[in-house]
Amino acid sequence: MANDPISQFNVNRLLPMEVGGYDVSFTNSALFMTLTVALSAGYLIFTTSGRGLIPGRLQSISEMAYEFIANLLRESAGNEGMKFFPLVFSLFVFILVANFFGMMPYFFTVTAHIIITFALAMLVISTVVIYGFWRNGLGFLKLFVPSGVPGVLVPLIVLIEVLSFLSRPLSLSVRLFANMLAGHITLKVFTGFVISLAGAEVLGVFGYIAAILPFVFAIALTALEFLVAFLQAYVFAILTCMYLNDAIHPSH
Amino acid sequence: MEDAIMNAGKYIGAGMACLGMGGAGVGVGTLFGNFLSGALRNPSAADGQFGRLIFGFAVTEALGIFSLLIALLLIFAV
Repeated sequence: MANDPISQFNVNRLLPMEVGGYDVSFTNSALFMTLTVALSAGYLIFTTSGRGLIPGRLQSISEMAYEFIANLLRESAGNEGMKFFPLVFSLFVFILVANFFGMMPYFFTVTAHIIITFALAMLVISTVVIYGFWRNGLGFLKLFVPSGVPGVLVPLIVLIEVLSFLSRPLSLSVRLFANMLAGHITLKVFTGFVISLAGAEVLGVFGYIAAILPFVFAIALTALEFLVAFLQAYVFAILTCMYLNDAIHPSH
Repeated sequence: MEDAIMNAGKYIGAGMACLGMGGAGVGVGTLFGNFLSGALRNPSAADGQFGRLIFGFAVTEALGIFSLLIALLLIFAV
């Protein structure tokens, strides 16, 4: 059923492949991830290779993206956090470009699949845990014991802090995935209203007039979705910075 | 008959799950309302707090999205 709002997220095999019993087919998901990486890496390399002292328009965009993430990271994690700049910048650009790709008609939304966003979130959290223990040793556990808490409350607070730390990868991935999924479904549902109102035999001409309303709404929703696409990439980046800050300065 | 009852339960459950979005709506409204009243008192400090506003918005909105997700799962996946 083509009008089913959920079928746009189907993963199809483009090049069926199997290695040692595992299905490693090249799917449309893989195709759009490749396109995302190729476009963002190609653009950044191409526009900054000239290294003009006075940047042109294309170079300005790359430099603005760099400055944007660099400031974000420096503000939330300090100068020491700048060693994680490549990680945060790659995550931001990948999610941003993948979200914008998803907004094109007939394109596949990579970030509307929880396995993709969960992999990205686990990358962040495992970086935090590994770097946190490597840098602070067992002092990293001070993260779970905020200073200035009365002794009686410590077990309770530790429990809450541990639970909130464990739910981080889940909330980080579900936020991005659910936003993209819900947004695309809403868009599809509203454009479906246009088709069914305009195509209704009973309504005749009035159907076409009534169809204007959901059509206008769909346009407004598209604009909102572009905002959400940027916002979710930004939120993912800012949360990554905050979690990295925990690894660098564990005692709050 | 059993199918009809299951479908009815699914749709009722999906509708009830969507009630959770009301809470997120209250939260987002409080967030922007308080930001606006603060920003009107001290407009020069407003721009510097934009990042925090967006962060709070995303964290609050995510909870509404979670309940929408439950509704979608009930309709399409269960």
